[in-house]
Amino acid sequence: MPKIIKLKISGMEFTANEGSTILDLARANSIFIPTLCNFKGLSNVGACRLCMIEIRGVPRLLPACATLVAEGMDVTVDSPKVTKYRKMILELLFAERNHVCAVCVSNGHCELQSLAQQLGVNHTRYPYRYPIYKYDASHPKFNYDANRCILCTRCMRACEEVEGARTWNVMGRGINSMMVTDLNQPWGQSLSCTSCSKCVHVCPTGALSEKNCAVGEMMPRKNVIPYLTSMRYSGR
Amino acid sequence: MEKLITIDPVTRIEGHSKITIRLDDQGKVEVARLHITQFRGFEKFTEGRPFQEMPSLTARTCGICPISHLLASAKACDSILAVRIPESAAMLRRVINYAQIIQSHALSFFHLSSPDLLLGMDSDPASRHIFGVAAQFPELAKDGIWLRKFGQRIIERMSGKRIHPTWIVPGGVSSPLSAEVREQIVAELPQAIAIAHKTLEWFKPAIKKYQDEIDTFANFPSLFLALVLPDGTIEHYDGLMRVVDSQREIIVDKLEPSAYTDYIAEAVEPDSYLKSPFFKPFGYPEGMYRVGPLARLNVCDRMGTPLAERELDEFRALQPDGAVLSSFHFHYARLIEILYALERVSELLGAPEILNTRVRAMAEPNKLEGIGVSEAPRGTLIHHYKIDTNGLITWANLIIATGHNNLAMNQGITQAAKHFVDGMKITEGALNRVEAVIRCYDPCLSCSTHALGEMPLRIELTDPAGEILDACERA
Repeated sequence: MPKIIKLKISGMEFTANEGSTILDLARANSIFIPTLCNFKGLSNVGACRLCMIEIRGVPRLLPACATLVAEGMDVTVDSPKVTKYRKMILELLFAERNHVCAVCVSNGHCELQSLAQQLGVNHTRYPYRYPIYKYDASHPKFNYDANRCILCTRCMRACEEVEGARTWNVMGRGINSMMVTDLNQPWGQSLSCTSCSKCVHVCPTGALSEKNCAVGEMMPRKNVIPYLTSMRYSGR
Repeated sequence: MEKLITIDPVTRIEGHSKITIRLDDQGKVEVARLHITQFRGFEKFTEGRPFQEMPSLTARTCGICPISHLLASAKACDSILAVRIPESAAMLRRVINYAQIIQSHALSFFHLSSPDLLLGMDSDPASRHIFGVAAQFPELAKDGIWLRKFGQRIIERMSGKRIHPTWIVPGGVSSPLSAEVREQIVAELPQAIAIAHKTLEWFKPAIKKYQDEIDTFANFPSLFLALVLPDGTIEHYDGLMRVVDSQREIIVDKLEPSAYTDYIAEAVEPDSYLKSPFFKPFGYPEGMYRVGPLARLNVCDRMGTPLAERELDEFRALQPDGAVLSSFHFHYARLIEILYALERVSELLGAPEILNTRVRAMAEPNKLEGIGVSEAPRGTLIHHYKIDTNGLITWANLIIATGHNNLAMNQGITQAAKHFVDGMKITEGALNRVEAVIRCYDPCLSCSTHALGEMPLRIELTDPAGEILDACERA
């Protein structure tokens, strides 16, 4: 029997099982905390930093996806400070690569686009970098457009944790980080890829898509990974 | 000596341009040149992108005629897929193309050109615009605005968006037409046809007032290029290319659009970002030709719809022994095409198979090259792509209607400048007439150069040494 923890979120009292995260608790109670790297059924990495929250008495912001509930916590999820940082993160994501929604296969179904709309980000204060990244269309079923990648690593985690292939990896450091397949080979030449499509269907943007999609036609099936993982746990 | 005259409001063309008029030693106009001063480079920056993105990517060239780009691009992609799209999809593409023609022609005629025609070429430029027309001719202005709105509403109802929809895709369209939308469009068609008919009935007798402009607005022999059906009927979506001369003698006929490079080449001039396509067998610049509504009516043998057919007969009477040569008559041709497009929309929507739900052919790329040609409101539009084995664009070429007309526009403004520009001084009326020649072609300079920005028109008068004597700018 897990221990029951009492805490406050935005002034309201909640109880949660010990070991759950603040994000789990918030979602279970329909409290909105934006995320991009978090995905139900995959491990948490706290990469996108969009779910940053304030906890009374803690001098820095903490990621809700990777912070466990604790007795007596007083959490604020939507203060002006966290909203400001969330908007800034989204602006930086847009400025970092080439997110051209109007001609993107995921237009209308993109989590980055949707969050920007939700948080009122309609321009960026930072100069666009306009990097020149190659489009990898070498795979017979899928496309990889690094221009749209936000390095959330959902693809890598889905590939490793659910499919067990570990085709996707992060290469490089900092702003030069890139998602690569195998040892930075074209995806179509990857020996480890099983063409299972799990990576494609967890991608929050248009970075990974099915072939032959026209603009706005990539409809990710986001329920596949949660279903598979829940079935695995129930089978244990 | 140099003097800058700023005229407000902004000129009524789509694009960013400059005109220079060179005088000879006697102070007479020697030549006028249209310079398109900006470019966007779509052909270059689309390289490396997947071909499925091309319809939406190239449609961003223009906010006036995105449907035309979507269609030509989707046809080029169909060719890469090597599929024959379902007939219902082709019918839907035709309807939306006609809707595009209706709204674009209405914009050109009522919003951009009617101020010249109704208020006069020499009228006060401060009120020489659609609002000035609305003040003096409210009925006509309302008709024009309604007609454009009607065209745009068809686009919106069918595709979900008035501008830059993503409904037209490689292999067909992304969703079928609902019976409800069909009924909505059909219900408004009678009013649209009545407006088109009424406008023609007003314009035809009024033409006589513009004899000076008819005689001097790009009124010269040239070739004309357009698509026609194999039997010679006018065609806007598919068909074969035909070239006629100023006598309406057929120079080449039944030319497969995919073989356009055998007949059309593009020259590059150092003073403009707009290329100058020419008819290859005649060479450059003798191979000057015109495209667009005037060319389509000169090229075709028949319209194929009852009301437009009658109008074509009257139009042909302007020049019974050959092609109608004055570019001023682009306006007249535009009105006839609006009527024709409305009739064809009515005909297509009346066919039960237009509601078929099979509207898309799916395939992998089966060819490494594709060419799509259709008739945009301003003329023949060519999209030509090459891809690698993964489906990424390696090369793209777009020949836009306004580009085809470049040589003719240059000759046209030279003719008008020689007639209207007197000595060393540009008058407002002269500026407007030179500009109105360009406006006859309804050029979309942002499309044709894939250019970006506002569109002030600048005219410079230079002496033989190139020194600027006078300049006018609309900004």
